Amino acid sequence: MSLILDVKKLSMRFGGIHALTDVDLQISSGEIVALIGPNGAGKTTFFNCVTGIYKPTSGDVLLNTPKTKNIRLNGLKPNQVTIKGMARTFQNIRLFQSMSVLENVMIGRHCRTKSFIFGAAFRTKFTREEEQQTIEKSYAILQKIGLEVSANELASNLSYGEQRRLEIARALATEPALLLLDEPAAGMNPQETQDLEALILRLQQEGQAILLIEHDMKLVMNLSHRIYVLDYGTLIATGTPQEIRNNPTVIKAYLGEGADA
Amino acid sequence: MLKLQDVHSFYGNIEALKGINLEINEGEIISLIGANGAGKSTTLMSISNIVSPRQGSVIYQGEIINTKPPEDIVKMGLCQVPEGRHIFPHLTVRENLDMGAFLRDDKDGIRKDLDYVYSLFPILKERSGQSGGTLSGGEQQMLAISRALMSRPKLLLLDEPSMGLAPIIIAQIFDIIKQINEEQNTTIFLVEQNANQALQIADRAYVIENGKITMSDNADALMSNPDVQKAYLGI
Ligand SMILES: Nc1ncnc2c1ncn2[C@@H]1O[C@H](COP(=O)(O)OP(=O)(O)OP(=O)(O)O)[C@@H](O)[C@H]1O
Ligand SMILES: [Mg+2]
Repeated sequence: MSLILDVKKLSMRFGGIHALTDVDLQISSGEIVALIGPNGAGKTTFFNCVTGIYKPTSGDVLLNTPKTKNIRLNGLKPNQVTIKGMARTFQNIRLFQSMSVLENVMIGRHCRTKSFIFGAAFRTKFTREEEQQTIEKSYAILQKIGLEVSANELASNLSYGEQRRLEIARALATEPALLLLDEPAAGMNPQETQDLEALILRLQQEGQAILLIEHDMKLVMNLSHRIYVLDYGTLIATGTPQEIRNNPTVIKAYLGEGADA
Repeated sequence: MLKLQDVHSFYGNIEALKGINLEINEGEIISLIGANGAGKSTTLMSISNIVSPRQGSVIYQGEIINTKPPEDIVKMGLCQVPEGRHIFPHLTVRENLDMGAFLRDDKDGIRKDLDYVYSLFPILKERSGQSGGTLSGGEQQMLAISRALMSRPKLLLLDEPSMGLAPIIIAQIFDIIKQINEEQNTTIFLVEQNANQALQIADRAYVIENGKITMSDNADALMSNPDVQKAYLGI
């Protein structure tokens, strides 16, 4: 197993708020790693810092993929980070609501097509063929996550749970080496959450490395190889699900006594 | 206090509610449980007339309200916290809360309710000057609930209040809902995926399937019903 993501001493401040302080986190290929912690602990801020939405106050973010070795992502724009091989979903769903489900996935694919780079100015046979391929690949992704029957629906017509899956499809379309999921199960019922669990497991078995933020502890404990716990921007524990579940500090700060985990 | 009679609602040609009948008495906590897409959120939106029922009536305190604009319904003390935290992202936390009290003019009462929501969620007091859109997901959820409370609703419609909250807070949020019901004398209509917790604080509940109410009973009875356990409680 090789290291995909290596985050060193990452810190982020907003005025007087220390949202992240010296956070170290590593992910190896093929792993599912979870980042958990109380509301406001800094989990989404961590995603925002490593994907270029925020510029961290200090620290390093290094990405290793089959194509790129140890590149520093600090200072790169979100779309550049995506091209380097990291994609994410958003806690507050960000889809193009008035576009079709298929189109939402196709937009994700565009960063991997040549016509995207050279522009659509030259509508050659090549761009047409590539467009056709984009449609086929996007449809295949929809099949993988089980949304193909809704391919031509408007995104806004999907249920909340389905929109969350579409977010995953859009991220997958960029062919990420590392997939970041911010609360993918929020708003899902127990059945949908089970389906999501199966989906994430299937992705992992196909070799996808995943970093997961989630408050559904059943999902986290079932899926994760390792877990990092943040509280007030600082790591308070790391370990296997078994270790985290029984860690008194984590129970006190986050899980609570009667936790269903 | 609230009565839905044969309510049918549509999205385009799709009939999302196929004749809903239900009743909520003053002081009760009523829960509506069902799968995603069964019509839970549509039921709430039909009550606040964000989605206008095409047939049937919504009667609130003896008055038909499904012909009134949503603002007038809020004025009558019926307030909805929609699914997915619709706060004003560019206003500060404090301004969001003030917006909740927009239709009130009892300064003292507003002041008191502000203290009350700050006591429920101290982080909101700490962050009163932060813009809503930069709050964490869970903090936004707390703000959405608090803003609704600032309107001093008589009937509060809650759509998935536990969404995005940490496990340790989820237990608290249901306690808080119960507390609002008892201390503020607010009637509550609660939609939740987290059916287990919802049924624990509810007096009665309705089960919705495919746009129709298929069961209604005391919450205890539903919790021990094997069909409900299997379909909604993950037992
Ligand atoms: N742009 C910003 N300006 C000021 N404060 C911010 C900003 N972004 C985030 N914060 C604050 O930083 C803290 C961490 O927020 P973050 O969104 O990372 O939390 P989280 O761990 O994802 O929580 P949740 O589980 O509720 O989603 C919060 O208290 C939040 O209010
Ligand atoms: Mg978050």
